[in-house]
Amino acid sequence: MIRKIALSAALVMGLASPALAAGKAPKVTDYDFSFEGPFGTYDEMQLQRGLQVYTEICAACHGLQYVPLRTLGDEGGPHLPEDQVRAYAEFYEVFDPEIDDFRAAKPTDHFPGSALENAPDLSMMAKARAGFSGPYGLGTNQLFKGMGGPEYIASLLAGYTDPPECAAESDIEGSYNKVFTAGGMPDECKYEDGTPKIEGSWIAMGQPLWGDDVEFEDGTEATIEQAAQDVSAFLMWTSEPKLNARKEAGFIAVVFLIVLSVLLYLTNKRLWAPIKRKGISPAE
Amino acid sequence: MAGIPHDHYEPVTQGEKWLHRRLPVVGLLYDTLMIPTPKNLNWMWIWGIVLTFCLALQIITGIVLAMHYTPHVDMAFASVEHIMRNVNGGHMIRYLHMNGASLFFVAVYAHIFRGLYYGSYKEPREVTWIIGILIFVLMMGTAFMGYVLPWGQMSFWGATVITGLFGAIPFVGEAIQTWLLGGPAVDNATLNRFFSLHYLLPFVIAGLVIVHIWAFHTTGNNNPTGVEVRRGSKEEAERDTVPFWPYYVIKDVFALAVILAVFFAIVGFMPNYLGHPDNYIEANPLATPAHIVPEWYFLPFYAILRAFDTEVWLVIAVDFLTAGIVDAKFFGVVAMFGAIAVMALAPWLDTSSVRSGKYRPMFKWWFWLLVVDFFVLMWVGAMPAEGIYPYIALIASTYWFAYFLVILPLLGVMEKPLPVPETIEEDFDAHYPPKGEDAGAAAPTPAE
Repeated sequence: MIRKIALSAALVMGLASPALAAGKAPKVTDYDFSFEGPFGTYDEMQLQRGLQVYTEICAACHGLQYVPLRTLGDEGGPHLPEDQVRAYAEFYEVFDPEIDDFRAAKPTDHFPGSALENAPDLSMMAKARAGFSGPYGLGTNQLFKGMGGPEYIASLLAGYTDPPECAAESDIEGSYNKVFTAGGMPDECKYEDGTPKIEGSWIAMGQPLWGDDVEFEDGTEATIEQAAQDVSAFLMWTSEPKLNARKEAGFIAVVFLIVLSVLLYLTNKRLWAPIKRKGISPAE
Repeated sequence: MAGIPHDHYEPVTQGEKWLHRRLPVVGLLYDTLMIPTPKNLNWMWIWGIVLTFCLALQIITGIVLAMHYTPHVDMAFASVEHIMRNVNGGHMIRYLHMNGASLFFVAVYAHIFRGLYYGSYKEPREVTWIIGILIFVLMMGTAFMGYVLPWGQMSFWGATVITGLFGAIPFVGEAIQTWLLGGPAVDNATLNRFFSLHYLLPFVIAGLVIVHIWAFHTTGNNNPTGVEVRRGSKEEAERDTVPFWPYYVIKDVFALAVILAVFFAIVGFMPNYLGHPDNYIEANPLATPAHIVPEWYFLPFYAILRAFDTEVWLVIAVDFLTAGIVDAKFFGVVAMFGAIAVMALAPWLDTSSVRSGKYRPMFKWWFWLLVVDFFVLMWVGAMPAEGIYPYIALIASTYWFAYFLVILPLLGVMEKPLPVPETIEEDFDAHYPPKGEDAGAAAPTPAE
């Protein structure tokens, strides 16, 4: 949050400092997700599609080590039937220290960790990449627009384009991504003071989505943007599996407290009336 | 308890008399709850209840979290995720605890500035004030150690930076730092002792809170006029006061309910709003985050810490005069702790004979500038230390010290205060005229 304040306050004040400019604030598309706002909840079908994208594409390198497989059957999540959860779990091999060998995973196991050492675990990635900071750097629009993490992931997955001209002669490794700002870039793409001329930078991960990478069972067309948003929604769920329950609890608490406040306000007013000579006769 | 004259508990039934002769606990509770309280307190006097609630909330949620948490570098991060995913209601308990810390600090800052404006620190409430500052310092220590426990990136690097401050103490710094950390760097030993202390300190705070309440129940509450309750007789005192129960209990609980509605909206709808995203990445001693920033409630003091860098002539002079013993780093540490120390000294630095800022025309301006200064420090504390920010931080830090060390002592001499009401009753009657004189024309006070 503080860094976000830092970023946007600097922009608001027109005082963008060199350290921040070293990685320009990423241009994140503000996708509309069903789970935004105080009443937003996960879209079960979208989470199931996202699970499919994760399983068929992301899982080749990345892991979800903090996510128990059984939670795929939870309400407020992908909500798969029990037999499907069991069948899905068997798809993975986990190491079991008791038998000192690998075996097929059970619903009580977790998703495996990352298969590639430099592929980060994705369990909490949507929360770790939160970034919405408006208005005026206060970040309060998170209340209605979500925290920005899934938007960042979706923008990144859809952000692979041809490299800019300045890199034509360069043999830099990795792929150019217009949203990813934490990576390197050829010197030709920087000004003399080291600030970048271009948006984005080079990322080690090759372009994972090309369109029609998966075939969704519900008939949704698997465009790059669609698959990117679906898997981002799924990763939001892996980050925050209790989002629906949390919002419900929050809503009940707020309604209860508002009613309580009104009652206490009236009680207080009546209680103080004789002291303040307000003319309301006190209850005898 | 001593203090304002009022009715004391009289045991009536046989059972009450039996207990009262052996342990006058009911009497203690009665006298505490029925304490005569100035009847003109405004809405800035609600924060004490909010703070008490926060302490209870943090202790209760914290005890439950400790049942499921594992203080080990290999398991701490995963155990927090276990709480978030597998423990019944664990996600709510953790988010309440996390945001409860922020509510705690919102309330404590409001409480402190209330005291600064209405001169609550002044004679005879110095002890209450000093204990309050001690509680505030312990709160900061507790919050800092609590932030380390989830063992995320900001936990680890925050701990590294802050414990590094102690390394700046001349001669013994390194030894103290090693002793605090339990080793050469932030590691498992650090996490274990921070967990232990994070569990212990809230109970020390609770003990100090009791002493804090004891102290101001002895002196009586301050109030917006700063005029003391008359103590000549019980009748006289009753004209200035109302009993705490039910008048202020109901009022405070009403205010608490309103504040909690906002609090639960944040916990329910945007619980990570005040957290740092990097803390959802497990601590990695090999990867330093781009910007290490403390939690929002530390930012004003963090800004003061960083403000006195090697460019400041005062720092250069001190460095030279002490032959390098007090270097810029140590100077910053002294400044940060000094910023709290000067607050603690306010009772002796403020020379004005008038207690409440309400009747001090010049003081008002300097006070509100201090409030603005506090927010400027908070903002600049989140900025990188380059460009124009160090200058802003330096000016703002200088004002912080100037307010306490120069302005408060001088104002008492230079300022001509406005007339102060004779009694609390007089002030109250001015807002709520007695019937017959000006019935029905009672304008609501700004406070209400």
